[in-house]
Amino acid sequence: MSENPNNWPLWEVFIQSKRGLDHKHVGSLHAADAQMAIENARDVYTRRQEGNSIWVVPASAISASNHDDGGMLFDPADDKTYRHPTFYQMPEGAKYI
Amino acid sequence: MTDVKTLEDVFQAKVDAEQKIEPKDWMPDAYRKNLVRQISQHAHSEVVGMLPEGNWIGRAPSLRRKAILLAKVQDEAGHGLYLYSAVETLGTSREKTNDDLNSGKAKYSSIFNYPTLTWADIGAVGWLVDGAAIMNQVMLCRTSYGPYARAMVRICKEESFHQRQGYEIMGVLAKGTPEQREMAQDALNRWWWPSLMMFGPSDADSPHSAQSMKWKIKRQSNDELRQIFIDRTVQQAEVIGLTIPDPELKWNEETKHYDWGEIDWTEFNNVIAGNGPCNRERLAARNKAHSEGAWVRDAAMAYAAKKAKKKQAA
Repeated sequence: MSENPNNWPLWEVFIQSKRGLDHKHVGSLHAADAQMAIENARDVYTRRQEGNSIWVVPASAISASNHDDGGMLFDPADDKTYRHPTFYQMPEGAKYI
Repeated sequence: MTDVKTLEDVFQAKVDAEQKIEPKDWMPDAYRKNLVRQISQHAHSEVVGMLPEGNWIGRAPSLRRKAILLAKVQDEAGHGLYLYSAVETLGTSREKTNDDLNSGKAKYSSIFNYPTLTWADIGAVGWLVDGAAIMNQVMLCRTSYGPYARAMVRICKEESFHQRQGYEIMGVLAKGTPEQREMAQDALNRWWWPSLMMFGPSDADSPHSAQSMKWKIKRQSNDELRQIFIDRTVQQAEVIGLTIPDPELKWNEETKHYDWGEIDWTEFNNVIAGNGPCNRERLAARNKAHSEGAWVRDAAMAYAAKKAKKKQAA
C-alpha cells in the first residue's frame, strides 16, 4: 500500500517544564505544519501543567547515533578520570578549592 | 545462520540484563512483530475506549461529572497517541496501523464491545475496566522495549484518576436512593466478568505468553494479574457495599487470595470473533470518523503548503 502524500508528517516534541530548565523530549505526533504541531503538543503533552515552553522538530531532521556504536563512541571516556575534579589530591588545609 | 544466532544472543543478553531495547537496536523479527501487534492493539483499545464513555458526555448528571468525563476521554485519546507513536518507532506507519483497525484486521480490547447502558456504567468502566487496565499498564512500565515503557510511565501517571473517579461514582450511587443503588449493582453485575476477561486467557491457553515473558515484553502472567485485581476489587466493593456477582467467591485462608468462579470463555471468544453487542457499531464509528475527517486532513496539508510557499516568496 503506498502512503497517502497528504499524511501529516511526524514531529518530535520537547517540553520545558519550568523556566531555566532544559527542554526535554516527551514524544512525537503528526501535524501538517510547525504551528499545528505546537498546538497539538499543547493538548497532548501539557494537560497537567507540565509545560512552560514547547519545541517541535520534524522527525526527519533528527540524526541519531546507533546504540550498537556505543562502545566506539563512548568507551574512550572511560579511562580519563583526570577529567573529574575528584582525580586530584589536594594538600591538607587548602580551602575553597 | 551463525550471524543471526549471535545477534539474537546479544539481544537476549541485553534483555536478560534488564537493558531496554531501543528503536535502532537489532531485534528478532518476531519480537518486532509481537510488539507491533501488542502495542497497536493497546492503542486501538484506548481509542475505541472513548466511544462507550463519549456516549455519556452529553448526559452526565452534573457539570462536575461532565468536566471529569471530558478530561478522561481526552486522556484516552492522548494515551492512544503515545502508543501509536511507539508503534511508529518500530517502522510501521500510522496510516497502516489505522487502516488495520478500520478494516477490522487489528483487534482491540473486547471489553469495549459492551454497551454503556446507564450512568452507573461510567462508574463501573472507570473502576473496573480502568482498574484492570492499570494492573497491566503498571507491569508494562518495565517492559523491555524502551519507547513502549516510556509511553506506559506517562499513561500510568494519568490513569489513576480514571479509576478513582469511577469508584467515586459507584460509591455515591450505592449510597443514593434504592433505584440508584440498584443501578450501581446492575452495572457491577454486567461489567465484572468482562473485566476479568480483560487479562486474557488463562496462562495455559495464552498463545503468546511464554515468548513474551522470555523477551520481557510481559513481566507477569495473565492469571497472576487477574488474581491481584480480584483481591483488591473485592475489598473495594465491600467498602461501598456492593456485591461481586460470583457465588463461588470465597477468601482462602491458605493461599491468602480469593477463590472465584469460572470465566465463560465461550462468551470471550465470541466477542473477540466480532459477535459482541457493539462490535459493528464501534468499527462503524471509527470508519465514519476517519472518512469524514479526510477533508480536514487534506485541507490542513494544503494550507501548510500554501503558507510555506508564501514564506518562501517573501
